[in-house]
Amino acid sequence: MVEAPIISFKNVNKIYSNGTVGLKDINLEIPQGQFLVVVGLSGAGKSTLLRTINRMHEITSGEIKIDGEPIHAYKGQALRLLRRKIGMIFQGFNLVNRSSVERNVLSGRVSYYPTWKTLCGLFTQADREMAVRSLQRVNLADKLYTRADELSGGQQQRVAIARTLMQEPKIILADEPVASLDPLTTKAVMDTLQRLNREDNITVIVNLHSVPLARQYADRIIGLQAGQLVYDRPISEVTEADLNEIYVTEAVQA
Amino acid sequence: MSIPEAPRRSWMQRWHVKGIVVTSLLLVLLVTSSRMTGVDVGMFFSNFGQFLNLLVRMSHPDWQYANVIVRPLLETIQMAILGTTIGAAFAVPFAVLSASNLIHNRFLRGLTRLFLDLVRTLPDLLLAAIFVAVFGIGSTAGVVTLAIFSFGMVSKLFYEVIETIDMGPLEALTSVGASKVTIIWYAVLPQILNQFVSYFLYTLEINVRASTVLGYLGAGGIGVFLQRSLSEFNYSQTAVIILATLAVVLVIDGISNHLRRVLL
Ligand SMILES: Nc1ncnc2c1ncn2[C@@H]1O[C@H](COP(=O)(O)OP(=O)(O)OP(=O)(O)O)[C@@H](O)[C@H]1O
Ligand SMILES: [Mg+2]
Repeated sequence: MVEAPIISFKNVNKIYSNGTVGLKDINLEIPQGQFLVVVGLSGAGKSTLLRTINRMHEITSGEIKIDGEPIHAYKGQALRLLRRKIGMIFQGFNLVNRSSVERNVLSGRVSYYPTWKTLCGLFTQADREMAVRSLQRVNLADKLYTRADELSGGQQQRVAIARTLMQEPKIILADEPVASLDPLTTKAVMDTLQRLNREDNITVIVNLHSVPLARQYADRIIGLQAGQLVYDRPISEVTEADLNEIYVTEAVQA
Repeated sequence: MSIPEAPRRSWMQRWHVKGIVVTSLLLVLLVTSSRMTGVDVGMFFSNFGQFLNLLVRMSHPDWQYANVIVRPLLETIQMAILGTTIGAAFAVPFAVLSASNLIHNRFLRGLTRLFLDLVRTLPDLLLAAIFVAVFGIGSTAGVVTLAIFSFGMVSKLFYEVIETIDMGPLEALTSVGASKVTIIWYAVLPQILNQFVSYFLYTLEINVRASTVLGYLGAGGIGVFLQRSLSEFNYSQTAVIILATLAVVLVIDGISNHLRRVLL
């Protein structure tokens, strides 16, 4: 059975306004429910790739389709609805430090409301309960009323995941979600992402710098080098040597 | 393999060229500008006696007079609060439109900033004179003057605060699919609120002092009484007015400090 991919890249190029090549002729299909890990050296274009999927970055040429629909023409409300079904997790967590955990989590739900309701904080009881459930899923329900900056890094990242869950996303993009975390917290965060991938069938795309982590969690690994797709294998065919090569060849060239 | 050289400070850095040049420039500017404007520092010292004389005459405050100035002082505070609130309320949208990290359209940003610069250029005394002519003598002229004056000042302070915020939460809210206004409400406002409050109170304090001067032009409040006592050479009354104003300023300062601690 050949399923239509949830995300597809066709001849995608991205050149930054200063002339830097971000992405070069990317062709890529990602099926629904895959746990995809993107590896590559710093500056290879991993963040750029991720951010083109929810249009945080615009591409220069080519076409990206999500659910079979080209996304480049979306504007205003249509763009916001696209972003709603794509959650994003950041290296720096990007919580509003001075706000409570509850408010941070609820802010993931704002795209389901008209603007004026979000300004008045008029969330339905059902959504407030959903916020509690989201926090339960990341094992942080007791922190509902804590201020975000009173949490540890790992806890903040899990709050960020709970915020994303409020979007009821079909896709989660995570840009080096564990880069600033210790090994134990790293495992907690990666396990959470894996659980969402398996239980909710959410397509997860994660940028990682760690080869062991990539091998442990990925269904498939792709490698970028100077904006180009240089590696693409299902996990069953990935070897340690391959991955080292992605990191080493360029280091040698440099 | 060659041994990497340790980085060296450049000649400029070693002799602190920048710091020295800037300091000397400032000194030169100071001296020439005092020459050109004809400020006579000597006179300041030679006439110091008169100043002392004034202080001596003010050193017997007429405490009875305090009863008389309670009402105009309250009026001054009301004027200041109203003017500051109106000015600050209008300042918020303009501050947002002027912040380079929120508005990427350079033309729009330049236009709002030009407008704000223009507003700040208008001296408050000129504004008061105009509005007294328009609204007649009384506190309305004072409130409008203070509102415009606060608007100009606060909008600049506000947009400078906005430009220092952490952009991470904005990125997150954008990726969630929030609208612009929602993003500002959820990701910008919590980051700037306490600084807004402290700038608001700072402006309020300035306005209490400014409104004493505005009273000179007939813009209501305690200033009318200040002017009267001075023109009657009744310095014991002047002293009471100054002390009362000081008390108000101190109270605002206290509130400001307290709120900042609570909000931080
Ligand atoms: N806003 C920008 N303007 C210009 N060039 C940019 C911009 N953002 C990224 N680049 C450049 O594009 C290239 C790819 O950057 P990208 O951030 O996607 O790399 P990355 O693989 O995520 O690196 P890292 O592992 O360090 O996060 C780099 O050469 C970078 O300098
Ligand atoms: Mg990156």
